[in-house]
Amino acid sequence: MLNAAYLTALVAQAAPAGEVVMTPAGWAIMIVSLASVLLLNVFCFYRVLSLPPEAAEGHLKAPLEIDTGDLSDPD
Amino acid sequence: MLPYFISLLVLGIPLCWAEWTMGRYGGRHGFNSAPGIYSVVWRHKLARYLGAFALLIPLVIYMYYVVIEAWCLGYAVSYLTGDMMLGSEPEKYTEHYRNFVGATKDGFLTDGGNNQLIVVLALVIVVNFICIYRGLSAGIERFCKVAMPLMAICAVCVLVRVLTLDGILSGLAKMWNPNAEELWDPATWLAASGQIFFSLSVGFGIIINYSSYLKKDDDVALSGLTASSVNEFFEVGFGGMITLPAAFIFLGVAATTQGTFGLGFIALPNVFAAMPGGQFFGFLWFFMLFLAAITSSLSMLQPVIAFFEEGLGMKRHASVAFLGLISALGTLIVVYFSKNTVALDTFDFWVGTLFIFLLALIQAVLYGWALGIERGYDELHRGAQLRIPRFVQWMLKYVTPVYLLAIFGGFVYSSGRSELEKLAKGGVPLLSVAFILVIFAFLLLLVHIAGKKWDREGRFDKLPK
Repeated sequence: MLNAAYLTALVAQAAPAGEVVMTPAGWAIMIVSLASVLLLNVFCFYRVLSLPPEAAEGHLKAPLEIDTGDLSDPD
Repeated sequence: MLPYFISLLVLGIPLCWAEWTMGRYGGRHGFNSAPGIYSVVWRHKLARYLGAFALLIPLVIYMYYVVIEAWCLGYAVSYLTGDMMLGSEPEKYTEHYRNFVGATKDGFLTDGGNNQLIVVLALVIVVNFICIYRGLSAGIERFCKVAMPLMAICAVCVLVRVLTLDGILSGLAKMWNPNAEELWDPATWLAASGQIFFSLSVGFGIIINYSSYLKKDDDVALSGLTASSVNEFFEVGFGGMITLPAAFIFLGVAATTQGTFGLGFIALPNVFAAMPGGQFFGFLWFFMLFLAAITSSLSMLQPVIAFFEEGLGMKRHASVAFLGLISALGTLIVVYFSKNTVALDTFDFWVGTLFIFLLALIQAVLYGWALGIERGYDELHRGAQLRIPRFVQWMLKYVTPVYLLAIFGGFVYSSGRSELEKLAKGGVPLLSVAFILVIFAFLLLLVHIAGKKWDREGRFDKLPK
Protein backbone atom coordinates (compact mmCIF):
# COMPACT_ATOMS: atom_id res chain seq x y z
CA MET A 1 0.00 0.00 0.00
CA LEU A 2 1.07 3.56 -0.61
CA ASN A 3 1.63 6.13 2.06
CA ALA A 4 1.12 9.72 0.99
CA ALA A 5 3.48 11.38 3.44
CA TYR A 6 6.40 9.24 2.34
CA LEU A 7 5.77 9.83 -1.34
CA THR A 8 5.52 13.57 -0.65
CA ALA A 9 8.87 13.48 1.12
CA LEU A 10 10.48 11.55 -1.73
CA VAL A 11 9.07 13.81 -4.39
CA ALA A 12 9.93 16.97 -2.47
CA GLN A 13 13.53 15.99 -1.89
CA ALA A 14 13.96 15.21 -5.57
CA ALA A 15 12.24 18.36 -6.75
CA PRO A 16 15.11 20.30 -8.43
CA ALA A 17 14.29 20.75 -12.09
CA GLY A 18 16.46 19.91 -15.10
CA GLU A 19 18.76 17.10 -16.04
CA VAL A 20 20.24 15.27 -13.05
CA VAL A 21 22.81 12.51 -13.38
CA MET A 22 23.07 9.40 -11.24
CA THR A 23 25.89 9.87 -8.76
CA PRO A 24 28.05 6.92 -7.62
CA ALA A 25 26.21 7.10 -4.27
CA GLY A 26 22.89 6.93 -6.13
CA TRP A 27 23.99 3.87 -8.08
CA ALA A 28 25.31 2.24 -4.91
CA ILE A 29 22.07 2.85 -2.98
CA MET A 30 19.93 1.60 -5.84
CA ILE A 31 21.96 -1.58 -6.38
CA VAL A 32 22.31 -2.39 -2.67
CA SER A 33 18.58 -1.76 -2.09
CA LEU A 34 17.45 -3.95 -4.97
CA ALA A 35 19.97 -6.69 -4.17
CA SER A 36 19.03 -6.81 -0.50
CA VAL A 37 15.28 -7.12 -1.09
CA LEU A 38 15.94 -9.72 -3.78
CA LEU A 39 18.19 -11.75 -1.44
CA LEU A 40 15.62 -11.55 1.36
CA ASN A 41 12.97 -12.84 -1.04
CA VAL A 42 15.19 -15.69 -2.23
CA PHE A 43 15.90 -16.67 1.38
CA CYS A 44 12.22 -16.59 2.41
CA PHE A 45 10.98 -18.48 -0.64
CA TYR A 46 13.73 -21.07 -0.23
CA ARG A 47 12.68 -21.61 3.39
CA VAL A 48 8.98 -21.80 2.54
CA LEU A 49 9.39 -24.08 -0.46
CA SER A 50 11.74 -26.44 1.36
CA LEU A 51 9.30 -27.02 4.23
CA PRO A 52 7.77 -30.48 4.60
CA PRO A 53 4.36 -30.45 2.83
CA GLU A 54 2.34 -30.85 6.05
CA ALA A 55 4.06 -27.82 7.64
CA ALA A 56 3.54 -25.64 4.58
CA GLU A 57 -0.06 -26.78 4.10
CA GLY A 58 -1.49 -26.16 7.53
CA HIS A 59 0.63 -23.54 9.21
CA LEU A 60 1.35 -20.77 6.70
CA LYS A 61 -1.63 -18.46 6.28
CA ALA A 62 -2.65 -15.38 4.31
CA PRO A 63 -4.94 -13.12 6.40
CA LEU A 64 -8.08 -13.38 4.29
CA GLU A 65 -7.83 -17.18 4.22
CA ILE A 66 -8.03 -17.33 7.99
CA ASP A 67 -11.35 -18.59 9.37
CA THR A 68 -12.79 -15.88 11.59
CA GLY A 69 -15.23 -18.34 13.13
CA ASP A 70 -18.31 -16.13 12.92
CA LEU A 71 -19.83 -17.28 9.65
CA SER A 72 -21.73 -20.34 10.84
CA ASP A 73 -24.35 -18.29 12.75
CA PRO A 74 -24.20 -14.77 11.27
CA ASP A 75 -27.77 -13.64 12.14
CA MET B 1 15.92 5.48 1.04
CA LEU B 2 18.31 5.25 3.99
CA PRO B 3 15.61 6.15 6.58
CA TYR B 4 13.33 3.72 4.77
CA PHE B 5 15.65 0.72 5.13
CA ILE B 6 16.61 1.58 8.71
CA SER B 7 12.90 1.79 9.53
CA LEU B 8 12.34 -1.57 7.87
CA LEU B 9 15.02 -3.28 9.96
CA VAL B 10 14.48 -1.53 13.28
CA LEU B 11 10.70 -1.08 13.16
CA GLY B 12 8.92 -2.90 10.36
CA ILE B 13 10.04 -6.51 10.60
CA PRO B 14 10.43 -6.68 14.43
CA LEU B 15 7.04 -5.04 14.99
CA CYS B 16 5.45 -7.34 12.44
CA TRP B 17 6.65 -10.34 14.50
CA ALA B 18 5.52 -8.66 17.74
CA GLU B 19 2.04 -7.99 16.37
CA TRP B 20 1.54 -11.52 15.03
CA THR B 21 2.78 -12.91 18.35
CA MET B 22 0.55 -10.76 20.57
CA GLY B 23 -2.47 -11.41 18.37
CA ARG B 24 -2.06 -15.18 18.49
CA TYR B 25 -1.43 -14.95 22.26
CA GLY B 26 -4.66 -12.94 22.74
CA GLY B 27 -6.60 -15.33 20.53
CA ARG B 28 -5.39 -18.28 22.60
CA HIS B 29 -6.95 -16.57 25.62
CA GLY B 30 -10.30 -16.03 23.93
CA PHE B 31 -10.08 -12.52 22.45
CA ASN B 32 -10.08 -11.45 18.79
CA SER B 33 -10.39 -7.67 19.02
CA ALA B 34 -7.55 -5.29 19.87
CA PRO B 35 -9.15 -3.92 23.08
CA GLY B 36 -9.51 -7.49 24.37
CA ILE B 37 -6.07 -8.65 23.21
CA TYR B 38 -4.31 -5.63 24.74
CA SER B 39 -6.17 -6.33 27.99
CA VAL B 40 -4.82 -9.89 27.96
CA VAL B 41 -1.28 -8.69 27.29
CA TRP B 42 -1.45 -5.88 29.87
CA ARG B 43 -3.85 -6.57 32.76
CA HIS B 44 -4.75 -2.94 33.29
CA LYS B 45 -8.04 -1.16 32.57
CA LEU B 46 -6.23 1.42 30.40
CA ALA B 47 -5.15 -1.30 27.95
CA ARG B 48 -8.63 -1.70 26.46
CA TYR B 49 -8.85 2.02 25.66
CA LEU B 50 -5.50 1.88 23.83
CA GLY B 51 -7.19 -0.71 21.65
CA ALA B 52 -9.49 2.03 20.32
CA PHE B 53 -6.56 3.20 18.16
CA ALA B 54 -6.45 -0.25 16.56
CA LEU B 55 -10.14 0.12 15.64
CA LEU B 56 -9.96 3.73 14.48
CA ILE B 57 -7.02 3.23 12.10
CA PRO B 58 -8.42 0.49 9.84
CA LEU B 59 -11.88 2.10 9.93
CA VAL B 60 -10.72 5.58 8.84
CA ILE B 61 -8.22 4.25 6.31
CA TYR B 62 -11.00 2.14 4.83
CA MET B 63 -13.07 5.33 4.39
CA TYR B 64 -10.62 6.80 1.87
CA TYR B 65 -9.00 3.61 0.64
CA VAL B 66 -12.28 2.52 -0.90
CA VAL B 67 -12.30 5.78 -2.91
CA ILE B 68 -8.81 5.04 -4.29
CA GLU B 69 -10.02 1.53 -5.06
CA ALA B 70 -12.82 3.09 -7.11
CA TRP B 71 -10.25 5.24 -8.96
CA CYS B 72 -8.41 2.02 -9.91
CA LEU B 73 -11.55 0.31 -11.19
CA GLY B 74 -12.67 3.51 -12.94
CA TYR B 75 -9.32 3.78 -14.74
CA ALA B 76 -9.50 0.09 -15.72
CA VAL B 77 -12.97 0.67 -17.23
CA SER B 78 -11.70 3.79 -19.05
CA TYR B 79 -8.84 1.76 -20.56
CA LEU B 80 -11.30 -0.91 -21.61
CA THR B 81 -13.48 1.63 -23.42
CA GLY B 82 -10.48 3.46 -24.90
CA ASP B 83 -11.21 6.71 -23.02
CA MET B 84 -7.74 6.71 -21.48
CA MET B 85 -5.86 6.76 -24.78
CA LEU B 86 -5.32 10.52 -24.73
CA GLY B 87 -2.13 10.76 -26.76
CA SER B 88 1.38 11.68 -25.74
CA GLU B 89 0.87 15.02 -23.96
CA PRO B 90 1.39 14.61 -20.18
CA GLU B 91 -0.93 17.59 -19.45
CA LYS B 92 -3.91 15.67 -20.81
CA TYR B 93 -3.43 12.90 -18.25
CA THR B 94 -3.07 15.44 -15.45
CA GLU B 95 -6.27 17.17 -16.53
CA HIS B 96 -8.07 13.82 -16.89
CA TYR B 97 -7.00 12.78 -13.38
CA ARG B 98 -8.12 16.06 -11.82
CA ASN B 99 -11.52 15.85 -13.49
CA PHE B 100 -11.85 12.16 -12.73
CA VAL B 101 -11.30 12.52 -8.97
CA GLY B 102 -12.99 15.93 -8.70
CA ALA B 103 -9.81 17.77 -7.71
CA THR B 104 -10.99 20.99 -9.34
CA LYS B 105 -13.62 21.92 -6.73
CA ASP B 106 -15.47 20.61 -3.71
CA GLY B 107 -18.77 19.01 -4.57
CA PHE B 108 -17.58 18.33 -8.14
CA LEU B 109 -18.62 14.69 -7.98
CA THR B 110 -21.95 15.26 -6.26
CA ASP B 111 -22.75 18.00 -8.83
CA GLY B 112 -22.55 15.43 -11.61
CA GLY B 113 -18.92 16.22 -12.54
CA ASN B 114 -18.03 12.55 -12.98
CA ASN B 115 -21.00 10.23 -12.68
CA GLN B 116 -18.86 7.29 -13.77
CA LEU B 117 -16.81 7.51 -10.56
CA ILE B 118 -19.94 7.76 -8.41
CA VAL B 119 -21.34 4.60 -10.02
CA VAL B 120 -18.01 2.77 -9.71
CA LEU B 121 -17.61 3.88 -6.09
CA ALA B 122 -21.09 2.63 -5.20
CA LEU B 123 -20.27 -0.66 -6.92
CA VAL B 124 -16.96 -1.00 -5.07
CA ILE B 125 -18.58 -0.32 -1.68
CA VAL B 126 -21.33 -2.84 -2.42
CA VAL B 127 -18.78 -5.48 -3.51
CA ASN B 128 -16.75 -4.88 -0.34
CA PHE B 129 -19.76 -5.30 1.89
CA ILE B 130 -21.18 -8.31 0.06
CA CYS B 131 -17.79 -10.02 0.39
CA ILE B 132 -17.48 -9.25 4.07
CA TYR B 133 -21.20 -9.94 4.73
CA ARG B 134 -21.14 -13.34 3.07
CA GLY B 135 -17.57 -14.20 4.05
CA LEU B 136 -16.20 -14.40 0.51
CA SER B 137 -12.84 -12.96 1.50
CA ALA B 138 -11.00 -16.26 1.27
CA GLY B 139 -12.22 -16.68 -2.31
CA ILE B 140 -10.76 -13.33 -3.25
CA GLU B 141 -7.46 -14.19 -1.54
CA ARG B 142 -7.30 -17.44 -3.55
CA PHE B 143 -8.14 -15.58 -6.75
CA CYS B 144 -5.35 -13.11 -6.00
CA LYS B 145 -2.87 -15.98 -5.77
CA VAL B 146 -3.30 -16.17 -9.55
CA ALA B 147 -3.93 -12.49 -10.19
CA MET B 148 -0.90 -11.16 -8.32
CA PRO B 149 1.72 -13.16 -10.27
CA LEU B 150 -0.08 -11.90 -13.39
CA MET B 151 0.32 -8.37 -12.09
CA ALA B 152 4.02 -9.04 -11.44
CA ILE B 153 4.44 -10.11 -15.10
CA CYS B 154 2.57 -6.98 -16.16
CA ALA B 155 4.85 -4.90 -13.89
CA VAL B 156 7.95 -6.42 -15.51
CA CYS B 157 6.65 -5.36 -18.95
CA VAL B 158 6.02 -1.83 -17.66
CA LEU B 159 9.41 -1.80 -15.95
CA VAL B 160 11.14 -2.67 -19.23
CA ARG B 161 9.34 0.21 -20.95
CA VAL B 162 10.14 2.69 -18.16
CA LEU B 163 13.82 1.69 -18.18
CA THR B 164 13.98 2.29 -21.95
CA LEU B 165 12.37 5.76 -21.83
CA ASP B 166 14.41 8.81 -22.86
CA GLY B 167 15.78 10.53 -19.76
CA ILE B 168 15.41 7.47 -17.54
CA LEU B 169 18.78 8.09 -15.86
CA SER B 170 17.56 11.51 -14.83
CA GLY B 171 14.38 9.97 -13.40
CA LEU B 172 16.34 7.31 -11.53
CA ALA B 173 18.77 9.95 -10.24
CA LYS B 174 15.95 11.97 -8.75
CA MET B 175 14.65 8.83 -7.09
CA TRP B 176 17.90 7.30 -5.82
CA ASN B 177 20.54 10.04 -5.40
CA PRO B 178 20.93 10.64 -1.65
CA ASN B 179 20.10 14.06 -0.25
CA ALA B 180 22.04 14.60 2.98
CA GLU B 181 19.98 17.62 4.04
CA GLU B 182 16.80 15.58 4.17
CA LEU B 183 18.38 13.13 6.62
CA TRP B 184 18.27 15.85 9.29
CA ASP B 185 14.57 16.47 8.83
CA PRO B 186 12.49 14.39 11.31
CA ALA B 187 9.54 14.61 8.88
CA THR B 188 11.54 12.44 6.42
CA TRP B 189 12.10 9.78 9.09
CA LEU B 190 8.48 9.95 10.19
CA ALA B 191 7.32 9.60 6.58
CA ALA B 192 9.75 6.72 5.91
CA SER B 193 8.62 4.78 8.96
CA GLY B 194 5.00 5.59 8.10
CA GLN B 195 5.58 4.08 4.66
CA ILE B 196 7.04 0.92 6.21
CA PHE B 197 4.07 0.56 8.55
CA PHE B 198 1.65 1.19 5.69
CA SER B 199 3.24 -1.32 3.34
CA LEU B 200 3.65 -4.06 5.97
CA SER B 201 0.26 -3.29 7.59
CA VAL B 202 2.09 -2.92 10.90
CA GLY B 203 0.45 -0.65 13.47
CA PHE B 204 -2.83 -0.91 11.55
CA GLY B 205 -4.77 -3.08 13.98
CA ILE B 206 -5.27 -5.64 11.21
CA ILE B 207 -2.52 -8.17 11.92
CA ILE B 208 -3.33 -8.26 15.63
CA ASN B 209 -6.90 -9.19 14.77
CA TYR B 210 -6.22 -11.79 12.08
CA SER B 211 -3.41 -13.45 14.02
CA SER B 212 -5.83 -13.99 16.92
CA TYR B 213 -7.67 -16.56 14.76
CA LEU B 214 -4.52 -18.65 14.25
CA LYS B 215 -4.01 -21.97 15.96
CA LYS B 216 -1.52 -21.94 18.81
CA ASP B 217 1.18 -23.70 16.75
CA ASP B 218 0.67 -21.89 13.44
CA ASP B 219 3.91 -20.33 12.26
CA VAL B 220 4.18 -16.55 12.61
CA ALA B 221 7.96 -16.11 12.26
CA LEU B 222 8.56 -17.29 8.69
CA SER B 223 5.08 -16.17 7.52
CA GLY B 224 5.67 -12.64 8.86
CA LEU B 225 9.12 -12.34 7.31
CA THR B 226 8.01 -13.75 3.94
CA ALA B 227 5.02 -11.39 3.74
CA SER B 228 7.30 -8.46 4.60
CA SER B 229 9.91 -9.45 2.03
CA VAL B 230 7.41 -9.79 -0.83
CA ASN B 231 5.91 -6.40 0.08
CA GLU B 232 9.38 -4.88 -0.01
CA PHE B 233 10.17 -6.50 -3.34
CA PHE B 234 7.11 -4.92 -4.96
CA GLU B 235 7.62 -1.59 -3.27
CA VAL B 236 11.35 -1.13 -3.87
CA GLY B 237 11.69 -3.14 -7.08
CA PHE B 238 8.62 -1.87 -8.86
CA GLY B 239 7.49 1.27 -6.99
CA GLY B 240 11.00 2.69 -6.82
CA MET B 241 11.85 1.78 -10.40
CA ILE B 242 8.55 2.49 -12.16
CA THR B 243 6.16 5.04 -10.67
CA LEU B 244 8.48 7.67 -9.23
CA PRO B 245 11.10 7.74 -12.05
CA ALA B 246 8.23 7.86 -14.57
CA ALA B 247 6.59 10.71 -12.63
CA PHE B 248 9.82 12.70 -12.71
CA ILE B 249 10.31 12.07 -16.44
CA PHE B 250 6.79 13.02 -17.53
CA LEU B 251 5.83 15.60 -14.93
CA GLY B 252 9.19 17.08 -13.84
CA VAL B 253 8.75 19.54 -10.98
CA ALA B 254 4.97 19.37 -11.51
CA ALA B 255 5.17 15.97 -9.80
CA THR B 256 5.36 17.88 -6.53
CA THR B 257 2.00 19.56 -7.11
CA GLN B 258 -0.22 16.64 -8.05
CA GLY B 259 -0.88 15.19 -4.63
CA THR B 260 0.77 11.95 -3.71
CA PHE B 261 -1.99 9.49 -4.48
CA GLY B 262 -2.36 11.08 -7.87
CA LEU B 263 1.18 10.32 -9.02
CA GLY B 264 0.50 6.76 -10.13
CA PHE B 265 -2.72 7.82 -11.82
CA ILE B 266 -0.93 10.50 -13.84
CA ALA B 267 2.56 9.08 -14.42
CA LEU B 268 1.64 5.54 -15.44
CA PRO B 269 -0.91 6.45 -18.15
CA ASN B 270 1.95 8.39 -19.78
CA VAL B 271 4.02 5.19 -19.74
CA PHE B 272 1.16 3.13 -21.16
CA ALA B 273 0.67 5.71 -23.93
CA ALA B 274 4.33 5.25 -24.87
CA MET B 275 4.31 1.45 -25.06
CA PRO B 276 2.94 -1.07 -27.56
CA GLY B 277 -0.35 -2.57 -26.36
CA GLY B 278 -0.68 0.33 -23.91
CA GLN B 279 -4.46 0.08 -23.73
CA PHE B 280 -4.27 -3.61 -22.78
CA PHE B 281 -1.50 -3.09 -20.22
CA GLY B 282 -3.29 -0.05 -18.80
CA PHE B 283 -6.47 -2.05 -18.28
CA LEU B 284 -4.58 -5.02 -16.80
CA TRP B 285 -2.54 -2.80 -14.47
CA PHE B 286 -5.41 -0.84 -12.97
CA PHE B 287 -7.68 -3.88 -12.75
CA MET B 288 -5.00 -5.87 -10.91
CA LEU B 289 -4.40 -2.87 -8.67
CA PHE B 290 -8.13 -2.85 -7.92
CA LEU B 291 -8.02 -6.55 -7.00
CA ALA B 292 -4.99 -6.04 -4.78
CA ALA B 293 -6.70 -3.06 -3.13
CA ILE B 294 -9.90 -4.99 -2.45
CA THR B 295 -7.97 -7.62 -0.44
CA SER B 296 -6.58 -4.77 1.67
CA SER B 297 -9.90 -2.99 2.19
CA LEU B 298 -11.67 -6.22 3.14
CA SER B 299 -9.02 -6.93 5.75
CA MET B 300 -9.55 -3.43 7.17
CA LEU B 301 -13.18 -4.19 8.01
CA GLN B 302 -12.63 -7.35 10.05
CA PRO B 303 -10.95 -5.77 13.15
CA VAL B 304 -13.97 -3.54 13.82
CA ILE B 305 -16.45 -6.33 13.06
CA ALA B 306 -14.61 -8.57 15.51
CA PHE B 307 -14.89 -5.86 18.18
CA PHE B 308 -18.62 -5.30 17.59
CA GLU B 309 -19.21 -9.05 17.91
CA GLU B 310 -16.97 -9.63 20.89
CA GLY B 311 -17.50 -6.38 22.79
CA LEU B 312 -21.11 -5.53 22.01
CA GLY B 313 -22.50 -9.03 21.47
CA MET B 314 -23.60 -8.31 17.88
CA LYS B 315 -23.82 -11.04 15.23
CA ARG B 316 -21.77 -10.79 12.05
CA HIS B 317 -24.51 -9.46 9.77
CA ALA B 318 -25.62 -6.79 12.25
CA SER B 319 -22.06 -5.63 12.84
CA VAL B 320 -21.38 -5.46 9.09
CA ALA B 321 -24.48 -3.27 8.64
CA PHE B 322 -23.51 -1.00 11.55
CA LEU B 323 -19.95 -0.67 10.23
CA GLY B 324 -21.24 0.05 6.72
CA LEU B 325 -23.18 3.04 8.04
CA ILE B 326 -20.22 4.50 9.97
CA SER B 327 -17.71 4.03 7.16
CA ALA B 328 -20.10 5.54 4.59
CA LEU B 329 -20.09 8.82 6.54
CA GLY B 330 -16.31 9.17 6.18
CA THR B 331 -16.35 8.11 2.53
CA LEU B 332 -18.97 10.80 1.83
CA ILE B 333 -16.69 13.44 3.37
CA VAL B 334 -13.77 12.31 1.18
CA VAL B 335 -15.96 12.26 -1.93
CA TYR B 336 -17.61 15.63 -1.30
CA PHE B 337 -14.51 17.58 -0.23
CA SER B 338 -12.56 16.47 -3.28
CA LYS B 339 -10.80 19.75 -4.13
CA ASN B 340 -7.10 18.92 -4.43
CA THR B 341 -7.96 15.74 -2.46
CA VAL B 342 -7.49 17.74 0.77
CA ALA B 343 -9.89 15.64 2.88
CA LEU B 344 -8.30 12.42 1.65
CA ASP B 345 -4.77 13.70 2.32
CA THR B 346 -5.78 14.97 5.79
CA PHE B 347 -7.26 11.59 6.72
CA ASP B 348 -4.13 9.95 5.37
CA PHE B 349 -1.71 12.18 7.26
CA TRP B 350 -3.43 12.10 10.65
CA VAL B 351 -4.53 8.48 10.65
CA GLY B 352 -2.47 6.83 7.89
CA THR B 353 0.80 8.24 9.25
CA LEU B 354 0.56 9.77 12.74
CA PHE B 355 -1.90 7.41 14.40
CA ILE B 356 -0.25 4.36 12.85
CA PHE B 357 3.00 5.63 14.30
CA LEU B 358 1.38 6.01 17.74
CA LEU B 359 -0.16 2.54 17.60
CA ALA B 360 3.19 1.05 16.59
CA LEU B 361 4.72 2.72 19.65
CA ILE B 362 1.93 1.40 21.89
CA GLN B 363 2.41 -2.12 20.54
CA ALA B 364 6.19 -2.01 20.92
CA VAL B 365 5.78 -1.02 24.59
CA LEU B 366 3.07 -3.62 25.19
CA TYR B 367 5.23 -6.35 23.68
CA GLY B 368 8.54 -5.36 25.25
CA TRP B 369 7.33 -4.28 28.68
CA ALA B 370 3.89 -5.80 29.33
CA LEU B 371 4.10 -9.19 27.63
CA GLY B 372 7.84 -9.23 28.27
CA ILE B 373 10.57 -10.30 25.89
CA GLU B 374 11.15 -13.71 27.51
CA ARG B 375 7.49 -14.68 27.16
CA GLY B 376 7.43 -12.96 23.77
CA TYR B 377 10.42 -15.00 22.57
CA ASP B 378 8.74 -18.26 23.62
CA GLU B 379 5.42 -17.24 22.07
CA LEU B 380 7.04 -16.17 18.80
CA HIS B 381 8.83 -19.51 18.47
CA ARG B 382 5.76 -21.63 19.17
CA GLY B 383 5.38 -23.62 15.93
CA ALA B 384 7.93 -21.35 14.21
CA GLN B 385 9.58 -22.49 10.98
CA LEU B 386 12.41 -19.97 11.50
CA ARG B 387 14.58 -19.09 14.49
CA ILE B 388 14.65 -15.37 15.22
CA PRO B 389 17.89 -14.10 16.81
CA ARG B 390 17.46 -13.13 20.47
CA PHE B 391 18.79 -9.60 19.91
CA VAL B 392 15.53 -8.82 18.06
CA GLN B 393 13.76 -9.11 21.44
CA TRP B 394 16.13 -6.61 23.02
CA MET B 395 15.64 -4.36 20.04
CA LEU B 396 11.86 -4.53 20.50
CA LYS B 397 12.15 -3.69 24.19
CA TYR B 398 14.66 -0.84 24.01
CA VAL B 399 15.68 0.30 20.52
CA THR B 400 12.29 0.30 18.77
CA PRO B 401 10.40 2.42 21.37
CA VAL B 402 13.30 4.87 21.73
CA TYR B 403 13.63 5.15 17.94
CA LEU B 404 9.89 5.77 17.58
CA LEU B 405 9.85 8.31 20.41
CA ALA B 406 12.90 10.15 19.02
CA ILE B 407 11.36 10.50 15.56
CA PHE B 408 8.00 11.51 16.95
CA GLY B 409 9.56 14.06 19.33
CA GLY B 410 11.69 15.49 16.51
CA PHE B 411 8.67 15.74 14.24
CA VAL B 412 6.53 17.49 16.88
CA TYR B 413 9.41 19.91 17.58
CA SER B 414 10.11 20.73 13.93
CA SER B 415 6.72 20.48 12.24
CA GLY B 416 4.09 20.23 14.97
CA ARG B 417 3.47 23.97 14.97
CA SER B 418 3.01 24.21 11.19
CA GLU B 419 0.63 21.24 11.18
CA LEU B 420 -1.48 22.87 13.90
CA GLU B 421 -1.43 26.17 12.01
CA LYS B 422 -2.87 24.36 8.98
CA LEU B 423 -5.75 23.25 11.18
CA ALA B 424 -6.12 26.69 12.76
CA LYS B 425 -6.99 28.10 9.32
CA GLY B 426 -10.15 26.00 9.50
CA GLY B 427 -11.86 24.65 6.40
CA VAL B 428 -11.65 21.08 5.17
CA PRO B 429 -8.51 20.03 7.13
CA LEU B 430 -10.09 21.08 10.44
CA LEU B 431 -13.40 19.46 9.53
CA SER B 432 -11.62 16.23 8.60
CA VAL B 433 -9.66 16.09 11.86
CA ALA B 434 -12.82 16.94 13.85
CA PHE B 435 -14.58 14.04 12.14
CA ILE B 436 -11.72 11.68 13.02
CA LEU B 437 -11.88 12.81 16.67
CA VAL B 438 -15.66 12.29 16.80
CA ILE B 439 -15.25 8.74 15.48
CA PHE B 440 -12.44 8.14 17.98
CA ALA B 441 -14.61 9.38 20.89
CA PHE B 442 -17.43 7.12 19.69
CA LEU B 443 -15.10 4.10 19.60
CA LEU B 444 -13.75 4.93 23.07
CA LEU B 445 -17.32 4.92 24.35
CA LEU B 446 -18.00 1.55 22.74
CA VAL B 447 -14.76 0.16 24.21
CA HIS B 448 -15.88 1.40 27.63
CA ILE B 449 -19.21 -0.41 27.24
CA ALA B 450 -17.44 -3.56 26.04
CA GLY B 451 -15.01 -3.42 28.96
CA LYS B 452 -17.87 -3.24 31.46
CA LYS B 453 -19.46 -6.27 29.77
CA TRP B 454 -16.20 -8.26 29.93
CA ASP B 455 -15.75 -7.30 33.60
CA ARG B 456 -19.30 -8.44 34.41
CA GLU B 457 -18.67 -11.73 32.65
CA GLY B 458 -15.40 -12.16 34.53
CA ARG B 459 -13.50 -12.72 31.28
CA PHE B 460 -10.19 -11.55 32.72
CA ASP B 461 -10.59 -13.40 36.02
CA LYS B 462 -10.29 -16.72 34.22
CA LEU B 463 -6.96 -15.85 32.61
CA PRO B 464 -3.71 -17.34 33.95
CA LYS B 465 -1.44 -14.80 35.62
